[in-house]
Amino acid sequence: MLELKNVSKKVGRDLHIDDVTMTLEKGSVNILLGPTLSGKTSLMRLMAGLDRPTSGEIVMNGTNVVGMPVQKRNVAMVYQQFINYPAMTVYENIASPMRVAGVDGATIDRRVREAADLMKLSPYLDRTPLNLSGGQQQRTALARALVKDAELVLLDEPLANLDYKLREELRVELPKIFAETGAIFVYATTEPQEALLLGGRTATLSQGRVTQFDRTIDVYNSPSDLLTAQTFSDPPMNILPVTKTGADFVFDASRIEVPAAIAGLGDGDYKIGVRPHHMSLHQPQGKSMKLDCTISTTEITGSESFIHLQSRGVHMVALMHGVHRVEIGDAISAYLDQENLFVFDRNENLVFAPGLNGQG
Amino acid sequence: MNQTSHTQPNAGSMNKPANLIDTSNVRASNRFAKKSITRWLVPGLYILFLMLPIYWLINMSFKTNQEILSSFTLFPAEPTLHNYTVIFTDPSWYTGYINSLIYVGLNTVISICAALPAAYAFSRYRFLGDKHMFFWLLSNRMAPAAVFVLPFFQLYSAFGLIDTHIAVALAHCLFNVPLAVWILEGFMSGVPKEIDETAYIDGYSFPKFFVKIFMPLIASGIGVAAFFCFMFSWVELLIARTLTTTDAKPISAIMTRTVGASGVDWGVLAAAGVLTIIPGALVIYFVRNYIAKGFALGRV
Repeated sequence: MLELKNVSKKVGRDLHIDDVTMTLEKGSVNILLGPTLSGKTSLMRLMAGLDRPTSGEIVMNGTNVVGMPVQKRNVAMVYQQFINYPAMTVYENIASPMRVAGVDGATIDRRVREAADLMKLSPYLDRTPLNLSGGQQQRTALARALVKDAELVLLDEPLANLDYKLREELRVELPKIFAETGAIFVYATTEPQEALLLGGRTATLSQGRVTQFDRTIDVYNSPSDLLTAQTFSDPPMNILPVTKTGADFVFDASRIEVPAAIAGLGDGDYKIGVRPHHMSLHQPQGKSMKLDCTISTTEITGSESFIHLQSRGVHMVALMHGVHRVEIGDAISAYLDQENLFVFDRNENLVFAPGLNGQG
Repeated sequence: MNQTSHTQPNAGSMNKPANLIDTSNVRASNRFAKKSITRWLVPGLYILFLMLPIYWLINMSFKTNQEILSSFTLFPAEPTLHNYTVIFTDPSWYTGYINSLIYVGLNTVISICAALPAAYAFSRYRFLGDKHMFFWLLSNRMAPAAVFVLPFFQLYSAFGLIDTHIAVALAHCLFNVPLAVWILEGFMSGVPKEIDETAYIDGYSFPKFFVKIFMPLIASGIGVAAFFCFMFSWVELLIARTLTTTDAKPISAIMTRTVGASGVDWGVLAAAGVLTIIPGALVIYFVRNYIAKGFALGRV
């Protein structure tokens, strides 16, 4: 069990990690989700012991490990860049942590071959890493992390530089492989999708702060505040500033009935959040809000189209299936479905999430 | 048999596409021939001028003194190995080579051993004034050697180090350590620091990591740095001559003192010159590929 207690890290005048407290259970999959520069790597480096926190405690199985040299900790780490020892063969690369630990030759051989099998590296054991493809190089690094049998396995965007086929394959296999070792598994990613696919627990990071740490699906369904909701949505969640008057949320000339569960909310300013795939260009069946928009950009990926809308100075994105032919500058009506509204109060804390009512 | 028998054999006949396009146009082929001559002319002349003194030195080393002084010959009329025999049998000659090799070897080892940790620090850590210090190190090389002759002589006299190999080796470090640091830093900065961290995570201690993981990665850099230390120390004359008298006298000093009662022994001097070039040429041959890499890094 790894506990971080009020951990902060300052570099010069910049605060890289801001008062992080979290507990990672043995044998769990933990995901650090956040955009670049949100502090994922910094946090991992603190967990690994490569950096020393400016303040706070890092406790591993009841012992404070702050200041303990990284060689003495039982951790494994894989970087986004493919980091191997170029002067050694793939076999020696995978064997290296065991060689240092003084494991006997027969055991080393058995475990290297096991790990190479799992990572589909068996034909390449005699090559040097620079003669391998990027995917094979990264799998070498993963195999080296695997044979170490570490208590804490840190993977820092390990699949970001791989092509998507390989990425999908490894994304499914990695958590399984490492779950068998019973290690604390920490996985950093910038992609909300990846977090959802991996499951486990997710910590959303924003500017060095952990905004929420909970079961991945719970963080997705009921983000505790606006920042978490925006981190855990790609493209970002659409935010509409509204005023509650009586039974309606009002935005300019548009209005929508307040969901029944929070009908008792006081009047005032609120923010409505809608995920892009819940925006619609056709009037939905239930209660909805109609917005008059103009189209500012469209991005067509084939099976999906992102349509960027502008309404009274608010920028929104709607995700549509299929290819939609729309002209930039066209006026169009967009609809927000009442059943998919997230409602945040003035302090950007969540007051209502659709998932909470069992509607998902 | 030959369908294109009207094709004139010319300088351009190697160039098939040119022949296929206009096989009958002899003027075009001539132009091509002229072009290929000028293409070789300039570098050819350049290499000729570069090689001429070296050829003349080798030429002289196989001649007798009489032939050198009396006539102008492109090849030795009576080739003789006498000059080389003199060098390899006369201790006052061959000890010069041994002395030179000893202090050059010592200097190269000391320079590299001192420069490796220094270069690692410059490439991996940020500390107060690191950039200024790095530049200051390099600026040591800007001062002429003559500036340091007097302080070195005085200092080494006080410590009784005059006429020892280590004295020359240490004195040359003044120039070679900064150069080696500069070269090695470039190679080390090319190694991502994540490799260091991965090694620590794998459990390597710093010394073990440095020797087993890091040094193989910068082997070419070490080769290049060692080469430059070797070359500088090998050709440096002023300091080496000032700090030695008899026991550690380098070959370059012996060569400048060969004017005997019977005049200058041209042949032997030429043979000594040839033998002085050989170690440098050998070292260059072995590190030539690495030096190209060093140039690419902008550090040579």
